[in-house]
Amino acid sequence: MGKVMVLVEHRKGEIREITYEMLKKAQELDKEVEAVLIGEDLSELKQKVRPYCSKLITVKVEGLNEFNSEPYQQILSQLLTQRKPKILLIGHSSQGMDLAPSLGVALGCGVITDVVDFGFQNGEVWAIRQVYGGKLSAKVKASSETVILTVRSGSFDPQGLLVLEGEEEEVSFPLAPFPYKRFLGFLEAPKAEVDITQADIIVSVGRGIGGPENIPLAEELAKALGGVLACSRPVVDKGWLPKERQVGTSGKTVKPKVYIALGISGAFQHVAGMKGAQMIIAVNKDPKAPIFNVAHYGIVGDALQVIPNLLNKLKGRKK
Amino acid sequence: MNVIVCLKRVPDVAEIDLQVDASGKSIKTEGLPYVLNDWDNYALEEAIRIKEKTGGKVYALTVGEEADEEVLRRALALGAEEALRVWDPSLREIDPYVIALLLSKTIKDNAIPFDLILTGVQAQDDGYAQVGPILAELLSIPHVTLVNRLELQEKRVKVKRELEGGLEEELEVELPALFTIQSGINEPRYVSILGIKRVAKKEIKVLDLSALKLDPGEVLPKIKVEKLFPPPVGKGAEILKGSLDEISEKLLEIFEKGGVI
Repeated sequence: MGKVMVLVEHRKGEIREITYEMLKKAQELDKEVEAVLIGEDLSELKQKVRPYCSKLITVKVEGLNEFNSEPYQQILSQLLTQRKPKILLIGHSSQGMDLAPSLGVALGCGVITDVVDFGFQNGEVWAIRQVYGGKLSAKVKASSETVILTVRSGSFDPQGLLVLEGEEEEVSFPLAPFPYKRFLGFLEAPKAEVDITQADIIVSVGRGIGGPENIPLAEELAKALGGVLACSRPVVDKGWLPKERQVGTSGKTVKPKVYIALGISGAFQHVAGMKGAQMIIAVNKDPKAPIFNVAHYGIVGDALQVIPNLLNKLKGRKK
Repeated sequence: MNVIVCLKRVPDVAEIDLQVDASGKSIKTEGLPYVLNDWDNYALEEAIRIKEKTGGKVYALTVGEEADEEVLRRALALGAEEALRVWDPSLREIDPYVIALLLSKTIKDNAIPFDLILTGVQAQDDGYAQVGPILAELLSIPHVTLVNRLELQEKRVKVKRELEGGLEEELEVELPALFTIQSGINEPRYVSILGIKRVAKKEIKVLDLSALKLDPGEVLPKIKVEKLFPPPVGKGAEILKGSLDEISEKLLEIFEKGGVI
């Protein structure tokens, strides 16, 4: 039996990318990789995952097309009690965040969330995760019989997944009804007035811009450069800009030629949405801000002083 | 409706050069500014709004030392009826499970009557995002994480959860239930220093392990931090130095090379 088991994440009939990222790391740790796929209509989903594991365990549940943590927890508690893998991998996604901690309690095992790397050492499981907004890393250990890890998306490159062509094993478990949490439906984001994903040049503002009164200044810079204005999550949370302008895991993923980050600290959730930019320029007061790890050019200073000076120079240049 | 809200006081590390302490497992905390965890601030505001709309009481809970009462005072100033703090000097290694266990015992032993429990989605220091769902499991009630809208109905709640890439899902949940609140769900109100002074004398109930009838041997973490270290730095940015004018000139050069202007 394999030491590592991967929970397949899917939504609306599509396998989520995090599944392949987890399978890749699992393959590196152990030759035997088991994956678990739970849902109603599994015929197409299983074709997309089975090639990459030694065994695909499928659990067909009527009425469970989309994720719901309650039946998932019931199924996985029974499966893990039987099979006792050393590690269960779950994505650190909206699904994993809803499932992993309470599943850990049900099984009495350790749960380490949002990990970017992990392995075994002397019978224990270790994992690396970021703390304090990415300013420090932590090595965390757990020694329960099974350890649940939720994996941060983008931590492992799924390129080069080995084709194992494993067998499928269908299993079923008795399920208590799951009436507490009823899935009503998905709500798509409304169509955006400005599509920031199509822009070549993006000027993006974060909490460090100070207040809504400074948004027009950043907008002026965006216009002067022929680009559009975007932002990080705190700016939307505070209502300074609409959600459609948000770059990051819960917002949009952008790949412009130039991305100028003003007063953005560079939390992982933001970086995940913009690290594909060809050139990143960051302005931040904090020299230790994580944004400088992904930026190509950095300016340690106040964006509110940098922008007006730059605007003047841009205007002067045009004359 | 009665609402329990769980709060955490955390260091505000923006613009701070963090240092690891001698143990190698935690940070040097001297001189750090502390704040209410940002997500908890939204949870607290939501709790107060539910009380204002439906009547009932708000109970604010925290696990921590005396200095952490600051976040409870904030809750009291906003109108929370009761505040409870759990701590014991024997507590050394704390993980999300230990925090949730202490909170669950506090709620059960004090027979705090509740319809909803609210926590933040995660804490801005360790970011585990675990205490809420573990607490729900220990209390045998349903939970929903990442909630960005709560619509109260009779005996049940309609909630929206934030998924990835701007997608949301809608769920209906029976009460009592626990919700972890996502930032941006509301606009937390301002608390004046005067408002906090006004509740300075209000009683905060303090509970230790013996008050909760817990043996230190029952309060053991499931996971342990072995060490903290600076994250691996990639190539890193080329930092542009000089006066504002010089920096702007360099930026113009970069823009020209990149074909921006």
